[in-house]
Amino acid sequence: MGQTLFEKIWDSHIVEEKQNEPSLIYIDRHLIHEVTSPQAFDGLRMNNRKVRRPDLTIATMDHNVPTTDRSLPILDQTSSIQIKTLEKNCKDFGITLFGMDSPNQGIVHVIGPQLGITLPGTTIVCGDSHTSTHGAFGALALGIGTSDVEHVLASQTMWLEKPKPFEIRVEGKRKNPHAVTAKDIVLSIIKNIGTDGGNGTVIEYRGEGITDLSMEQRMTICNMSIEAGARAGLVAPDEKTFDYLRGREFTPKNYESLVDTWRDTLHTDSDAKFEKEFTLHIDDIAPQVSWGTNPGMTCDVTESVPSPDEYSKGDANQKKGAEKALEYMDLKSGTSIMDIKINRVFIGSCTNARLEDLIEASKVVQGNKVSSEVRAMIVPGSQMVKKQAEELGLDKIFIDANFEWREAGCSMCLGMNPDILSPGERCASTSNRNFEGRQGNGGRTHLVSPVMAAAAAINGHFVDVRELELN
Amino acid sequence: MEPFHNVASIVTPLDMVNIDTDQIVPKQFLKLVQKSGFGKFLFFNWRFDENENPKTDFILNDSKYQGSKILITGDNFGCGSSREHAVWALQDYGFSVVIAPSFADIFFSNCFKNGLLPISLDQKIVESLQQETIPIHVDLEKQIIKTDSKEIPFEINSHKKKILLEGLDDIAQTFQLEDKITEFEKNSTIPSVL
Repeated sequence: MGQTLFEKIWDSHIVEEKQNEPSLIYIDRHLIHEVTSPQAFDGLRMNNRKVRRPDLTIATMDHNVPTTDRSLPILDQTSSIQIKTLEKNCKDFGITLFGMDSPNQGIVHVIGPQLGITLPGTTIVCGDSHTSTHGAFGALALGIGTSDVEHVLASQTMWLEKPKPFEIRVEGKRKNPHAVTAKDIVLSIIKNIGTDGGNGTVIEYRGEGITDLSMEQRMTICNMSIEAGARAGLVAPDEKTFDYLRGREFTPKNYESLVDTWRDTLHTDSDAKFEKEFTLHIDDIAPQVSWGTNPGMTCDVTESVPSPDEYSKGDANQKKGAEKALEYMDLKSGTSIMDIKINRVFIGSCTNARLEDLIEASKVVQGNKVSSEVRAMIVPGSQMVKKQAEELGLDKIFIDANFEWREAGCSMCLGMNPDILSPGERCASTSNRNFEGRQGNGGRTHLVSPVMAAAAAINGHFVDVRELELN
Repeated sequence: MEPFHNVASIVTPLDMVNIDTDQIVPKQFLKLVQKSGFGKFLFFNWRFDENENPKTDFILNDSKYQGSKILITGDNFGCGSSREHAVWALQDYGFSVVIAPSFADIFFSNCFKNGLLPISLDQKIVESLQQETIPIHVDLEKQIIKTDSKEIPFEINSHKKKILLEGLDDIAQTFQLEDKITEFEKNSTIPSVL
């Protein structure tokens, strides 16, 4: 029987395998950042261990760096300590670090692909659940905890039970791909399969609706695999993948010969079997807006906030969850999504802060002004994205419209730095999690695409971007 | 890691589905660079009001449940962020066992690296255990939960069970396979980053 792409990558990375036990898997790329690594380095020191392969390990700082002027000192003492700790750890253990002043600094899942560190057919780990992003390149990319960070630093391997392959087919063509985006596709998937629909699996996204997407859009899809509970998500590499990675700073010297091999091997065989399947037809899908406190609590922009009964379809526990979510979100069932007023907008995060995202958002913004009721910020995913956007003049478009144009980092996706919502504030956000308090204690998050966030900034409430002339 | 010992304790029922790790430890507490002391931040935004006074309607603040070592909760516990701080916080607070119908993958994996025992049981059994008001016993060796009226068996992978019972150091185990790792590296076609 044939194999899925995931199974091929898995098999080619097994160091040790025993029946009914986890397998020892070799890791080709280890990305680290300031928040989930300090305790791992402490563990190495306590046991007098070194980093096995500093040449396969790359560090950056993204989670709690300020997105204001980089020449100013970091005011938050604990953030400052965490950043200095990463600098010291990288120095002591010989790891390459893209620090605050590096032109390569940025969100770890934005810089990996951008620098050509992410490669097809590889295993990639990072102490961050959104590592699934790198799966867009046909890599097996896994988010891990700090103990596994330490294990990979010490041994360049990790123990893992083999997940099950899950096929998600995305079929059809969107009528207006500028208004209905990759974000809307992935939110639709999660709305359908639930936030635990992918538990124990590695998703492979397939079908015309996926191959049509650019690499940056595929990253948006794979990024949110974890919001469906999956261990990872991936897309088979094609010429778009190989073109994207060609000629980048860390693209290997023997790249073309690697590509020749990848072309022959990195695909799911026609007779391979998946253990789970789901198909989404996208011809008629609408822009999506989340209304609750997990990414599965999402509906079309043209719909109304559902009642807990409508949402839960008879499941008492889900109903209770929806009641709690509506209370936290201060929303009433039956309220039209387009009547929901917002006062903050965040365009950023590893989900939606790449150059294409900013270009698309700028088309909505050009010639308009942010509503007087709204404070809106753009946080590019990396310093390189920021520079490229500035070369295109996007910063001027945003600044003229009264958006804040900031330095790169995770920022208000998780609010570890000073970029947070105040209690009761309501935000249209291009990030990935609408959990209670995620963007600030008491803050309320609605997940949307970059064009939907931009349109909400201008109007002060959600609008159906299919009504705008976008191209 | 400390070996896992059998537990006898009253249960704390936190009856909610999809509890994410942002709720277990909010992000403002992830800036610490050590593993200890996270118990005071457990469920912080649910436990404390804006002035950091305990919220009386949250179960962990009910004196009945003080000293409980067993948390019983809903489906998909620990979803979201991979932060291992969630496990450190549950343990530092005093929990040694979490029982739920299902767990999110990364959280589940993180538990075993720290000696916290996650037990998945059928929804109906979880609901019945939530009603227990006197201490229950969790015996990992025998894979049994004992209440005063019944014995409930639970499943656990034998390898994971061994790790918990012996408190094994994962990395030391892996180092015994060093030759195989070196051999793998010799045959790998993936170039280094630098």
